[in-house]
Amino acid sequence: MSDGAHTFADAEAITLTGAEIVVRALIDQGVDTLFGYPGGAVLPIYDALFAEPRLRHILARHEQGAGHMAEGYARSTGKVGVALVTSGPGATNIVTPLADALLDSIPIVVISGQVPTHLIGSDAFQECDTVGITRACTKHNWLVRSVNDLARVIHEAFHVACSGRPGPVVIDIPKDVQFASGLYQPPKPDAPQRYRPRLAPDPARIAEAAALMRQARRPVIYSGGGVINAGPKASEHLRALAKMTGFPVTSTLMGLGAFPASDAQWLGMLGMHGSWEANHAMHDCDVMVCVGARFDDRVTGRIDAFSPNSKKIHIDVDPSSINKNVLVDIGIVADAGLALEALCEAWRGHNAGGEDRGLDAWWAQIEEWRAVKGFAYRADDTVIKPQYAIERLFALTKARDVYITTEVGQHQMWAAQFFHFDKPNRWMTSGGLGTMGYGLPAAIGVQAAHPDALVIDIAGEASVQMTMQEMSTAAQHDLPIKVFILNNEWMGMVRQWQQLLHGERYSHSYSAALPDFVKLAEAYGCVGLRAETPAELDGKILEMIDCKKPVLFDCRVAKTENCFPMIPSGKAHNEMILARTFQGDEIDDQGKMLV
Amino acid sequence: MPPRTDDPSESRTLAVLVDNEPGVLARVVGLFSARGYNIESLTVAETDSAQHASRITIVTSGQPVILDQIKAQLERIVSVRRVIDVTRDPAGVERELALIKVRGAGANRIEALRLSEIFRAKVIDTTLESFIFELTGPSSKINSFIELMRPLGLVEVSRTGVLSIHRGAETA
Ligand SMILES: Cc1ncc(C[n+]2csc(CCOP(=O)(O)OP(=O)(O)O)c2C)c(N)n1
Ligand SMILES: [Mg+2]
Repeated sequence: MSDGAHTFADAEAITLTGAEIVVRALIDQGVDTLFGYPGGAVLPIYDALFAEPRLRHILARHEQGAGHMAEGYARSTGKVGVALVTSGPGATNIVTPLADALLDSIPIVVISGQVPTHLIGSDAFQECDTVGITRACTKHNWLVRSVNDLARVIHEAFHVACSGRPGPVVIDIPKDVQFASGLYQPPKPDAPQRYRPRLAPDPARIAEAAALMRQARRPVIYSGGGVINAGPKASEHLRALAKMTGFPVTSTLMGLGAFPASDAQWLGMLGMHGSWEANHAMHDCDVMVCVGARFDDRVTGRIDAFSPNSKKIHIDVDPSSINKNVLVDIGIVADAGLALEALCEAWRGHNAGGEDRGLDAWWAQIEEWRAVKGFAYRADDTVIKPQYAIERLFALTKARDVYITTEVGQHQMWAAQFFHFDKPNRWMTSGGLGTMGYGLPAAIGVQAAHPDALVIDIAGEASVQMTMQEMSTAAQHDLPIKVFILNNEWMGMVRQWQQLLHGERYSHSYSAALPDFVKLAEAYGCVGLRAETPAELDGKILEMIDCKKPVLFDCRVAKTENCFPMIPSGKAHNEMILARTFQGDEIDDQGKMLV
Repeated sequence: MPPRTDDPSESRTLAVLVDNEPGVLARVVGLFSARGYNIESLTVAETDSAQHASRITIVTSGQPVILDQIKAQLERIVSVRRVIDVTRDPAGVERELALIKVRGAGANRIEALRLSEIFRAKVIDTTLESFIFELTGPSSKINSFIELMRPLGLVEVSRTGVLSIHRGAETA
């Protein structure tokens, strides 16, 4: 590398220790908060943080927590999240958040300590091959063997984490490198980078796409997390494109909020537990505009029956996403925002507006699907239905500045179905990896970035116990997160699959020996609330919202409710089952093989 | 699950130009194992120490859609500077070197030597009952030579795997 830290003559270069370089580089990269846990191999960096007012350090209770906090911070701000961990177990504990961030394209920088360079390879105390272990779950990683490479690597790490398709990176820093003195160079925004993903769309492809879209009579826009990652402008362009084309819009779990759920053109989420209308529109469309999504198996259902009669346009910043799972007709490698803007321009150039777009029959069909009311559930006035709980939570918080995180399971799907988002960056969920234990620490990360906002983790009683100890972090740092537990006493999603696929043999999926969540909250110095009947639910939710402390809310819900509608494994979009038509024999042996 | 097409599987040579830094080979090989792609041969060496550049030549096989996918996945690796599809480059040249040990006496020994001349193989070691031939050329030529040596007393083969470069004065 010819740029950066090796130009010793540079007037801006100053001499610092490696640990000071880390702190300085973080500040110069615009970091204000980091999430971490100390240990022997990062003590010099902790020393440099000791009297550093510009960096707020949030002490997690487990490195997995620190990683998810960094993810929550990143997703709710659009900035890079940062975590700091020690060598060995500190590094291995953060592998899950790294894998999570890789699958969901979340930019985080993890700095790990390493044993001193002369001990590397000797099986030293708390040594592990961090770059080896994390190679498959990072976008890139570095072991920094010389202090003079440190500043350059940190700046490059931030660039890699947030450019193109964002993702997690690891910088592994041996302890002697933290102690050594070397030259620090501030980041140079115009410095040449070796990593230069393509961002601008090919105008010829945009023109082709616009022409295809003009001929569409049954179009659908299928948007994903890439639109959120591309920044708030991308969401605006998506809205503009939908408005001028009149096309219906659906989105993946990751993309919720990029298009307002309150808009008449919104079809709801698609996929395994998506809306009836979204999945049918995907199946029957003639032109599909996929932007910032990746044809994940949770979205496509049975791949050889996926949207059989459509021409497909796929916009993705990652060229390897195009034609990976589904062959498309027009692939556009570009930043979602830039591509959507270009599509808007191309459309405007040809359609002055006001002309009949010929979509009336398609919208009439969509209205018929809407009328099926795929999310309908049987209400109950003695037991709280989980769907009802989310509906009330939404109704009672929608006027607020609210951010939602989730754990993984049925509650996550109900949250996606019944909580509605009008803005991007408001919804943080573990989509790709499906990490139970994500939501509580992610909420802490969100709250750290938005101290005055209402941050709610919609949780399941099983998931939340995986990272429950982070309540202590919330208490210590005055981060008044609300953990709204839909307590059905079951690993509900597992129980549902056992009911549907495994002959109702409920093997090890009952949440036995549950703690008393109210007492547990109190033990952490937080507030515990419990609702057991629909009648008391609203009052308790309002109490939660008004509470200035972190809250564990034990919402006792119906125990064996299933999450519908559902595309059974191995089936196509138009073979969705509804709560009211559910038989129990919808999934065949081949479907059972799938996850 | 990759998209299904009925296209037959084919072999493809990719030259991967990378930054010569620790772990880069592991990234490339790890990609192939993690995604279940084939590696038929792989060669790697630094090619320009001033530029910290190495060249990895990989022979892989699969349906064309998978091969395109492999190329795109390789290009995503931060330490990868460029991926050249040597097979599809009309000016691409591929060569492999093989060391081939043959044991025999009498007519077999004479026949092995005669064939080696036709293939322009070099004899780099001789004992009274064996030869080691050094042969350079496209993999297909080496394969044919090995097949011819088999009935004549083939003992052992060592091959470098394919190397590649672009014909003409320019880089590919
Ligand atoms: C770390 C991890 N382990 C296991 C799973 C598999 N899994 C998916 S959902 C689920 C049950 C979740 O139960 P709960 O949190 O109570 O949510 P519910 O489905 O009841 O709403 C399990 C075990 C997972 N997603 N993540
Ligand atoms: Mg549960």
